[in-house]
Amino acid sequence: MREAERGGIYWPRAVRRIYQAFFLALFLAALLLMTAEGIRRLPVAWLFHLDPLSAAVSLLASWSLTAALAWSLAIVALTVLAGRAFCGWICPLGTILQLASWATRRLRRGPATEHNRWRPHFALKYLLLAALLAAAALGAGIAGLFDPLSFLARSLGSGLSPALHQLVGTGGWRPRIFIGAWLTGLLFLAVLVANRWIVRWWCRALCPLGALLGLIARASIARIRIDPARCAHCNRCATDCQGADEPFARHRVAECHACLNCIAACPEGAIGFRAFAPEDAPHGGVSLPRRRVLGAAAAGVALVPLFRASTLSAAQPGPLAIRPPGAQPEAGFLATCVRCGACVNACPTSALQPALGEAGVEGLYTPVLVARQGWCEPSCLLCGQVCPTGAIRPLTIAEKGWTLEAGQGIRIGTAFFDHGRCLPWGMNVPCIVCQEVCPTSPKAIWLEEVDAVGRDGRPVRLQRPRIEPGLCVGCGLCEAKCPITDIAAVRITRIGESRETGSSFRLGNRGQLP
Amino acid sequence: MSAPPGVDRRLVLRRLGQAGLILGGAGALAALGLRSRGRWAGGAGPAAIPRRDLAVDPARPAAVIAAGGAIAPMVRAAVGALGGIGRFVGAGDVVLVKPNMAWDRPPEMGANTHPAVVAEVVRLCREAGAARVIVGDVAVHDAARVASRSGIAAAARDAGAELALPDDAGFLEAALGGAVLSTWEVFRPALTATKLINVPVVKDHALTRLTAGLKNWYGVLGGTRARLHQDIDTSIADLAAAFRPTLTVVDATRVMTRGGPTGGRLEDVRPVGLVAAGTDPVALDAWGARLLGLEPRAIGYLGLAEGRGVGSIAAGDALETVRAGA
Repeated sequence: MREAERGGIYWPRAVRRIYQAFFLALFLAALLLMTAEGIRRLPVAWLFHLDPLSAAVSLLASWSLTAALAWSLAIVALTVLAGRAFCGWICPLGTILQLASWATRRLRRGPATEHNRWRPHFALKYLLLAALLAAAALGAGIAGLFDPLSFLARSLGSGLSPALHQLVGTGGWRPRIFIGAWLTGLLFLAVLVANRWIVRWWCRALCPLGALLGLIARASIARIRIDPARCAHCNRCATDCQGADEPFARHRVAECHACLNCIAACPEGAIGFRAFAPEDAPHGGVSLPRRRVLGAAAAGVALVPLFRASTLSAAQPGPLAIRPPGAQPEAGFLATCVRCGACVNACPTSALQPALGEAGVEGLYTPVLVARQGWCEPSCLLCGQVCPTGAIRPLTIAEKGWTLEAGQGIRIGTAFFDHGRCLPWGMNVPCIVCQEVCPTSPKAIWLEEVDAVGRDGRPVRLQRPRIEPGLCVGCGLCEAKCPITDIAAVRITRIGESRETGSSFRLGNRGQLP
Repeated sequence: MSAPPGVDRRLVLRRLGQAGLILGGAGALAALGLRSRGRWAGGAGPAAIPRRDLAVDPARPAAVIAAGGAIAPMVRAAVGALGGIGRFVGAGDVVLVKPNMAWDRPPEMGANTHPAVVAEVVRLCREAGAARVIVGDVAVHDAARVASRSGIAAAARDAGAELALPDDAGFLEAALGGAVLSTWEVFRPALTATKLINVPVVKDHALTRLTAGLKNWYGVLGGTRARLHQDIDTSIADLAAAFRPTLTVVDATRVMTRGGPTGGRLEDVRPVGLVAAGTDPVALDAWGARLLGLEPRAIGYLGLAEGRGVGSIAAGDALETVRAGA
């Protein structure tokens, strides 16, 4: 059946749309459910586990793979069978960009067939992939910055959704605020708006996951094939072509999203999606000169030592690179984190924030705890549960150890008092909110009773808070609740965190009380 | 679906072969990754610290003082009174000679071990047939500058030693098994040498009051060793229990009496003209304490080290003196 000519429905395309709607809904639901109470045990990160780019980067960068990422073999298998069907049928970002392209179709000048011509700069994504994989081989997991699932998740979670809250309100919840939400949101809007000029520009020109699948798709068993005997050269097959793979000429299988629009559009019924069809264009239709690929890989290789030669790197993490409990040591964390922001999205207090400068260039969009925004809830384990790659390991309450006897669990940092800003220390004014909210048992904040003298000469009995470093876990409750609400009088830095052996400033064995 | 035109057997085989290769390759990589513990998984764990001290020989003195001569003959006389260098170093040994070489100060300031003491120890080791003699320390000031200004680099090289600076020699995680020091980064030669000769200088120290032999082990540590100051006495006792020297040769040719451990004023440096050597590090430190007018039992780490069986404080008051000229 060819709906273009005969008014019927081309069923495979309808099924594709159902798939797209389903996976987009699944993805959005996962993002929403991560934050909800009571349904924490759903596999909300499952879609991320399907991502072969995450798996490849994790393997290259850390020489290991977390079990859940083995699901990505299913997408590799799908691609071997049917080309980049992931791009056309599953990828939620692809679906959104397809919708955006469709919505802006009347703004593009000229015939639609011309919009969907291949352009040389669409080969950029392969070079980006080469650079990102080369960086991964040196241990930098920055590919997540361009991974479509990560890009979409963090754009929605810590860019657009907080902006939406600002616009329409939250129905009484505290609106969530994120580091660089404007930038995160603007980048996404830019990718969205780009479709007004070039259909699915991200997918065609930039997406490194698409590039990886395109390389596999060169060998795909089933692919689009025009029967030259029946083709009338009307070029209508390109009218709604998503991948700019030019089925009317020498079909570029590496670029094809298997959306099947061309089959629906062909008035001659000349196009089919066929097993063991011969290759039209050599190398899947994208020529990648070895010089360019090596140049791109060299650029990726050059980046990493430059990152590492800087402060705020794995060798010298910044004081504010406070990582969620269960995070791997910094080098492994930077290698395996895919910058998807699932943990940031899930964090119930908004304590986890996407880093812009806090964790260096290599740590862009990795999660850091900002205690001014929130604190690490002692019994909460969400970030480790939603992390798709094991960069944050799923913990048990006992492993985290913040609700049991203090001094034995995970520590993510240490609190320090700023005596000039602290009311009892700097102004002889009673306060001790920090000590009240300190959640460890016994409390890491203790009180020194002093008889001070007020400005009028009268004696003042004060309790001055002090930190017991062997007990402080770095949760940030004291900083979050300090009444000095701009720069708190007690603040957390990452020193003393238990995941890094070199970050202890106290002599003696871990957990040992002085 | 009818057989599409243009399909041939060769194409089908190629496609199936490619599919198998891709899936097999991806699967194999995934399997490898799933089994691997990863790039940052620890290796064999912290290294053990070998014992390099000799069994106690009741026929020999545990320590002696040498007096009355130039520096080199005093070193030779003291070691000779212990039974000669052949008792400590043999053919094929790799010897770490560990001076105090921590400060950018010339020899007369008494902040570092005197180069002549170091050089003579090196010469003795060479004479005993050591395969390699390494002179090294983890300096506080810039290590290359210290090695040069202290005079030790030139003297040690002339005597036939190789110099080990921390950046070149590197560190290994080692199990100290102490009360406060469990594992720490340790200067690699201090773990790999087959013989360990401690060559400290006696000095005043602001925190511990005395620095001589036991405190000199601070200089084999890397990492954030400034943490030791939070419990310096226990830390030094931990170090002394972990690093048992084959031989200790104490430089008391001149002694910094104030402003330690850095010093900087010649008025604070007292000429003493003595060298001591022995196999009991605690006795030698106790003797050094007396040189500074300190009661050895008042030095916290000496009591702790004695309690760990490192040596005897009382023995420090009963050292015999040999004349270098004799």
